[in-house]
Amino acid sequence: MSDRTTTAQVAVIGGGPAGIEAACALSNNGIRVSLFESEPVLAHNVGNKFKLFPDFSSASELVATLSHKLSGSHVSVHLDTEIVSMEQKGGLWFLTDNYGHTHEAVAVLLATGYDVFDARRKEELGYGIYKGVVTSIDLESMLKAGKLVNVLGEQPQCVTFLQCVGSRDEKIGNHYCSKVCCVTAVKQAIEVKKLSPRTDVFLFYMDLRMWGQGFEELYREAQEQYGIRFVRGRISEAASTFDDRVQIKAEDTLVGQPLKMSTDLLVLMVGMEASCGTKKLASCCGVEGAYGFAHSCSPYLSDNMTDRQGLFLAGSCKRPMSVSDTVNDARSAAVGIADYLKTALSN
Amino acid sequence: MDFGFTISKPRSIEPTEAGREQLLQLEEQVPTFRRCMNCGGCTATCSAGQFTDFNIRKVHNLYRWGQYKELDEELQKCMLCGKCTLVCPRGVNLRSLIIHLRKALNKDHQPGDYQHFIRNNNR
Repeated sequence: MSDRTTTAQVAVIGGGPAGIEAACALSNNGIRVSLFESEPVLAHNVGNKFKLFPDFSSASELVATLSHKLSGSHVSVHLDTEIVSMEQKGGLWFLTDNYGHTHEAVAVLLATGYDVFDARRKEELGYGIYKGVVTSIDLESMLKAGKLVNVLGEQPQCVTFLQCVGSRDEKIGNHYCSKVCCVTAVKQAIEVKKLSPRTDVFLFYMDLRMWGQGFEELYREAQEQYGIRFVRGRISEAASTFDDRVQIKAEDTLVGQPLKMSTDLLVLMVGMEASCGTKKLASCCGVEGAYGFAHSCSPYLSDNMTDRQGLFLAGSCKRPMSVSDTVNDARSAAVGIADYLKTALSN
Repeated sequence: MDFGFTISKPRSIEPTEAGREQLLQLEEQVPTFRRCMNCGGCTATCSAGQFTDFNIRKVHNLYRWGQYKELDEELQKCMLCGKCTLVCPRGVNLRSLIIHLRKALNKDHQPGDYQHFIRNNNR
């Protein structure tokens, strides 16, 4: 492997909404930026979605807009390029990629995002065991294809959603809330009803956290217009019935009685975990926070800064974050980086 | 033969098709019912609830699952004062809901029939 060295003022690690938005904002201000994405495509997590909450706008259009913006900029984009380690020497950062190349930069933006929780770790819910158990990501693909069917290939009579899979769970080691699943489930439940109006839709929740503008209204719409049944209680286990449906056990905690019912599809609302890249690079730089996410200086006034000089953070490498919050956070990071460069380059 | 013990019935709610139909009918009669978010405001303010264990939120949740046992008797405790409807943050017409629940649970029910309520509470 050659030891080619490229220099940029800013290296952005991660080609999701955070990385792209920040890279474009910096580049538009005349700053030389390199962007590294480990996958062969940009924004693969958003790309796996069909529509976005709360207004059902197209996820692929959003990815296309971001990609278009990036290709129209002067950012030097490196796909299929994973930064495997990085270190700071004499005020400069040296990033090593999977090809053994070194990239130099004055400032680095970590935008390495999240990975989806692996539902197989909740074995009692039967993902990967029973065909009728799917994740919210699988459901996005079905919705994208416009084809919602049960195991037998028929229109499902009943679809059941379960919140907080891999989130708020001591057994998994994730005490935190993944923030976006509540409203995603409400959005998906409505999409199921739109696609298949005669299907009964149940949604099991512990709390419904409708934190954003328009979210509460969407929840209300789901109840009123679409007749989606919200049940407070956590499904503790799933099993298969003789006819390949899924039997679930829960408690309706608002009644105080156990509940046993069967459903064609059980949709597990999988949460966000720090991505492999986030865990690796955050620990490599000593900015590892809780649950493997990257740790910022302060969540109030310096949420894009780290304890390391010239190392910045944006998006869901810090904590679960929605797309809109991520994009705003990336812009804020770009402002911070531009300020930092002014000082760093004048010295 | 008495063995001195009996076998307990399963406590689990198991939804039935009949229950589902009943619920859909009630939702049609009282469309605002679907909007309930189970805050319990109705039960907190309930006049009958001050003196009895009447819990309208629990009653309608049991009805949702088709659990009708003793619901009719429970509903007789309500005096239709309407405070629940006044406080509901989601605008559920609870008064209307209770009247429709009574009708659905007791085909012989007549509006203004409080004999059961009076009987129970004059003891």
